[in-house]
Amino acid sequence: MALIGRALLIMALGTAVCGIGASIYGARTGMREWVDAGRRSVYALAALATIAFAILEDAFWRNDFSFNVVANHSSTTTPAFYKLAAAWSSQEGSLLLWVFLLSLWSSLILFLVRKRAREITPYATTVLLGFAAFFTSLAAFWANPFTTSANPPAEGLGLDPLLLHPTMMIHPPMLYSGYTLLTIPFAFAVGALITGRLGAEWIALTRRFALAAWLFLGIGILLGALWSYTELGWGGYWAWDPVENAALMPWLCITAFIHSVMIQEKRGMLKVWNVSLVLAAGTLSILGTFLVRSGILDSIHAFGASTLGVPFVILLAVMVLGSIGLIVWRRDQLRSDARLESLLSREAVFLLQNLVLVGMVFVIFWVTFFPLISEALTGTKVSVGPPAFTPFIVPLALILVALSGIGPIIAWRRVTVANLRRSFALPVTAGLVTFFVLLFWPGGPSSRPFALIMFALGGFVLTSVAQELWRGVAARRATTHEVVPLATVRLVRRNRRRYGGYTVHAGLAILLVGVAASSSFQHSSDVILKPGQSAHVDGYAIRYVRPTESLSSQKIAFGAVLDVTKGGKHVTTVTTVRNFYPSQNPSDGLIGKFFDTSQADSQVGLDQNLSRNIWTVINVDPTPLAPLINKGNNVFAAYAPQVMTKAAKLPPDQAQAAMNGLWAERDLAVSEIARRFVTHPWPTEFLLIVDPLVIWIWLGALIMGIGGLIALWPVPSFARRRVQVASPARPAAPPPPVPVREPV
Amino acid sequence: MQVVEYLVIFTILFAVVAFVSAPVRRALVARGADHADDSTLADLEAARDAKYRELRDADLDHRTGKLSDADYEELDQTLRGEAIAIMHDIDRATIERQ
Amino acid sequence: MDPSRKRAIRLTVALTAAVVLAAALVYVSFTAGNKEFTASQLLTKGKPGQTYELAGTVLNGSVQRDGTTLYFRIRDPKLPVSVPVRYNGIVPDPFAAGRAVMVAVEKGNSGTTYVGQGNSLTTKCPSKYQAAAAS
Repeated sequence: MALIGRALLIMALGTAVCGIGASIYGARTGMREWVDAGRRSVYALAALATIAFAILEDAFWRNDFSFNVVANHSSTTTPAFYKLAAAWSSQEGSLLLWVFLLSLWSSLILFLVRKRAREITPYATTVLLGFAAFFTSLAAFWANPFTTSANPPAEGLGLDPLLLHPTMMIHPPMLYSGYTLLTIPFAFAVGALITGRLGAEWIALTRRFALAAWLFLGIGILLGALWSYTELGWGGYWAWDPVENAALMPWLCITAFIHSVMIQEKRGMLKVWNVSLVLAAGTLSILGTFLVRSGILDSIHAFGASTLGVPFVILLAVMVLGSIGLIVWRRDQLRSDARLESLLSREAVFLLQNLVLVGMVFVIFWVTFFPLISEALTGTKVSVGPPAFTPFIVPLALILVALSGIGPIIAWRRVTVANLRRSFALPVTAGLVTFFVLLFWPGGPSSRPFALIMFALGGFVLTSVAQELWRGVAARRATTHEVVPLATVRLVRRNRRRYGGYTVHAGLAILLVGVAASSSFQHSSDVILKPGQSAHVDGYAIRYVRPTESLSSQKIAFGAVLDVTKGGKHVTTVTTVRNFYPSQNPSDGLIGKFFDTSQADSQVGLDQNLSRNIWTVINVDPTPLAPLINKGNNVFAAYAPQVMTKAAKLPPDQAQAAMNGLWAERDLAVSEIARRFVTHPWPTEFLLIVDPLVIWIWLGALIMGIGGLIALWPVPSFARRRVQVASPARPAAPPPPVPVREPV
Repeated sequence: MQVVEYLVIFTILFAVVAFVSAPVRRALVARGADHADDSTLADLEAARDAKYRELRDADLDHRTGKLSDADYEELDQTLRGEAIAIMHDIDRATIERQ
Repeated sequence: MDPSRKRAIRLTVALTAAVVLAAALVYVSFTAGNKEFTASQLLTKGKPGQTYELAGTVLNGSVQRDGTTLYFRIRDPKLPVSVPVRYNGIVPDPFAAGRAVMVAVEKGNSGTTYVGQGNSLTTKCPSKYQAAAAS
């Protein structure tokens, strides 16, 4: 099977290269059949990648340890779901996943546009196949997932316990989908620049793809934050780690693009901005893929120096220089058709939004890469931590939220002061009321001015979105006289982009309010408690009720039951656990391997509600058990060889029984030792955090996702137009009349 | 076992080559009707749809109070003029195609 | 004011804002940053009272806990020297002997133990992308 896998990779590379040749030839000569062949090679590539990926997954499923990746990342005791997901926890498997997802999305997109954009598509196909060829050759020649060993081990090394979490396994495919989806608008932008066709059709196509990429990448980022908060033992959701930043930067670029492209559509402005944003987003997504696996930046993710660095740097250099070259070459076609008329207009707001978002990207890029920049300039690596980000990102974020509230209620081209008064009165009042109420609220947020401003802006944005929705419904009902719910649904359906976008803005406001609250008003306590003792955090009394211990074939779980009260009244009970997974290190000893702290992860005890989170984690140190563990190690170190020698002389089934007896005794010893955590508990360390409004972050992100889906959902007229284009040439039909006032 | 694997590989290779080259082989046999470049037309139709959308957006903006009556009338006239110009271009392009 | 002058003014304002932002960024990075040193660099070039970012691998057998304080040594990637660190704060789950870590440390005036700054300890996720044997 591995042989087939290796052959498939070579075939995939060959297909990609042939496809590039066919597409370019077809584009230059205008021969449709060569362009079709190029598109078909993308479909073929998808088929080959799918089969290859299926072979890999099958190997994981069957515990085929002759495959090196399976032996290194899975084991017979790994749960089924995680076995399949282990396929992409390795460098080799993740490269194959990248090719698989890229070819799948490319096939889908090229199928959907097969009858349109006939000039641009062959070049876009070339670019996409170029990426595919790059990643496939990395997989085929540098990090092949189908390498085998002649003497497969009996058991694999298993998956790192930190990854045994559902969100952590969905996070890579989501993130990769986002990254690969970003290559599609990139490819179409390159195609548009090469052919000089930067008109309405290019915009219509690219915006859809960009929105899909925005959605998937956003989900990937959110899942990473969620995992960090609920699984890692530090109680945070965002650390400005280089790899987190690497995913955020393209997302910000594509957010800017989605807005700014509306200006190009309506007024023919910001053309250079738009192509630059798309090309930057694509480049940053490749950069992000590179950062995770190169080790050039110190990050919790940078998985060691690997030899893949050089090819990626070359690819990135080609992308950057190529992008700049293309834009300079086509600068005549990129001249604006119109000029900004007034600073009090939606156009101006969009332009400002571009500047703010790009500003954020620049700040993040600079601070993330500063160690390398400083090393290049001064010879010493200087690392700048999260504190460097906040003075810049916080004000920029505040401006961004403000703009997201102003944008929906300000009109195009120019506004009059009277209109401003009519549209802004209610939202601004709401914002001011929120501000002053919170300012004078006893024990409220007045101590943190930035958070206070963010709350006020949240009120402003939510009111502006609600006002817009209300007025739209009223306008529709004026002509259709429908009931409110029906009118709302129909209004949103007829104006998906507008109201989808407004929903995203509302979600963003809620999310950032949650971020502001949870980062400004967090209370935490790092304490050592004995059973029965309490700690006090932000008015809550958290009592260590009793220790817990449980054993399974996969792990030992030491935990605690914590009782939370406030003002004497019971609030909640949470359980937090520290799981110890057996290590493969023989020097740990036959008993000690089950108590290795380097193979441990935490299960957070969490109580979430709309107003606050109570986050608890236990950090069990098994050192008090050391005397017993050492004794056990010594006993079994002597005993086990005796049993094994005896068993070697017995017939197979009796030998098996003898070995089973040995392991049963070992397990009994382990469980007796583990039990002591409950029978003879020792003072244990806890990290306790009370955090307001955290759930608003997840809710806000969910609302943003829903808004994105609404905006992305295909409009029926899309289908209608496809039919018109596909029909053969016929005598010119009278042009459809310009629509009379329809219901909105 | 190895023989079966090689057999599978060559079958897949054959299938891929056949599939990808099909359009080229078909064209060699019978030169199909080469459609004239209609991407200009597609571009214009996209521009027309965008202009319709702009008209509806302006209407909604007016009804939700973001454009005064006077501003809206002016904008509406401008947009309709632009839409008609695009449709004339579409007519011309359609006739040229034939 | 005619349109081209308005545009010129807007452009100037925008460019000025960008320059100010960039300057602030550069300033903050160079002042708020900590020099990243290896263990040997810290021993030879480290100044007392200064904070540095210490990167290296945790020395096997050097990890000890005393209440909420963690003691460990970080060894140099090339030279056979190591630096003692005393750390109070959140310890990431993957922290263990033999793992690559980064911690902000301040050189104590007595010059021997380096005091880790609270909650600055980060550990690299055990390498997914290297053969397990090498980690």
